[in-house]
Amino acid sequence: MHFIDTLGHGALTTVKLTVYAGLIGFAIALVAGTAMLSRFVVVRFVARTYTEVFRGASELVILYFFVFALPQLFDITLSVFTGAVIALSVNIGAYEAEVVRGAVRSVPRGQTEAAIALNMSPFLRLRRIIVPQAFVAMLPPINVLTVQLCKATALVSIIGLTDLTRASQDIIELNGQWARYAGEALIGYYLINTVINQLFRLLERHFKRGRDIGGTVRV
Amino acid sequence: MFDFDFFVSTLSPIARGLEVTVEITLAGTGIAMVLGLVFEVLRRSRFRVVRWPVAFVRDFIQNTPLLLQAIFFFYVFPEYGLFKLSPFVSGIIVIGIQYSTYTSEVYRAGIDGVPAGQWQAARALNFSRTDTWRRVILPQAIPPVLPALGNYLISMFKDTPQLLVIGVLDMVGVAKAIGSENYEYTEPMIAAGIFFIILSFLASLVVRRLESRFGAHL
Repeated sequence: MHFIDTLGHGALTTVKLTVYAGLIGFAIALVAGTAMLSRFVVVRFVARTYTEVFRGASELVILYFFVFALPQLFDITLSVFTGAVIALSVNIGAYEAEVVRGAVRSVPRGQTEAAIALNMSPFLRLRRIIVPQAFVAMLPPINVLTVQLCKATALVSIIGLTDLTRASQDIIELNGQWARYAGEALIGYYLINTVINQLFRLLERHFKRGRDIGGTVRV
Repeated sequence: MFDFDFFVSTLSPIARGLEVTVEITLAGTGIAMVLGLVFEVLRRSRFRVVRWPVAFVRDFIQNTPLLLQAIFFFYVFPEYGLFKLSPFVSGIIVIGIQYSTYTSEVYRAGIDGVPAGQWQAARALNFSRTDTWRRVILPQAIPPVLPALGNYLISMFKDTPQLLVIGVLDMVGVAKAIGSENYEYTEPMIAAGIFFIILSFLASLVVRRLESRFGAHL
């Protein structure tokens, strides 16, 4: 009976990793995504390199790098949890940066021109005009990526964090019931991701309200 | 600190792991391309008893991690005294099934992109259902989505390391083994990482070629 507690604790770690890395990753993506559209070559180059490297490397390699290699190379101490959050954030952030870039570019040029005409600074332009409009276009792909992130958190079970996957394995080590407990963990992930999908559906509905998006422009 | 000689010595075993990675990716892609199409065509079935279970299974697979699916698949059959597959074969099957749920979405976009008039014309010409799919719809639906399928090939390539939980010795599996032997993960993991970045970059160039050839944006 106490097995449900073990799985519950594991699931909580999975949810925490997803939420933390999801939020930090999105923040990174906003910076990197807009930086890829910068006027300055150096800024564009740095942002491009970041996304190419972290989209190109395997998640598991990135995880090992941040948890084992980085602390050693630079002589810093990181808890495994913190290292995992950083690794997952920079990885998902690289994917989301592409989404941000695409969404920002999808905002009609006239919006930028109008903002310039109104004498807005570049930053204000991004914050008040471009990003809010781009945000709606970002939601569906970010939803897909967040589910992908939640699934990727299962990798932390390899480096010794007790998430939902590890918890199920710990139980199986005691009683050998593979089908039952690996199955329950699978259902756990399915439920978590169903909640994520529903949340994004709500967000989408909320931000689309009162906007004319998805169809042709009506004049 | 970073030991360069150790780093160099890890390169050749990891390159052998690369072979496993590539084999799994190619075989997995084969499964994903075929099964994804089957999923999508079945999801469009006239019969609800076919449509609904297929949609649910696909949804379930898509929303659960590959790592855990691999564990489940690899250990559950032997638990019931059924057949036991090698880690390599199990890995191919699991990764192929996981990605078939993604490719089925790609096929969906491709099939939706075929104009309704094509279906109507096929019916007017008295084509059977099979012929309509085989001769009219699919030849038009698949070429535009090839680049999108190629992108999944790249992500499958990056997902193969997860199979080390069932004992597949791909690049990362080898790197991890070297690491635990020497109590030193930095060099082998960096080596594996570099291999990955180079290969994914090369693969993305190929996909870009496909894109310009078929000129589709999905």
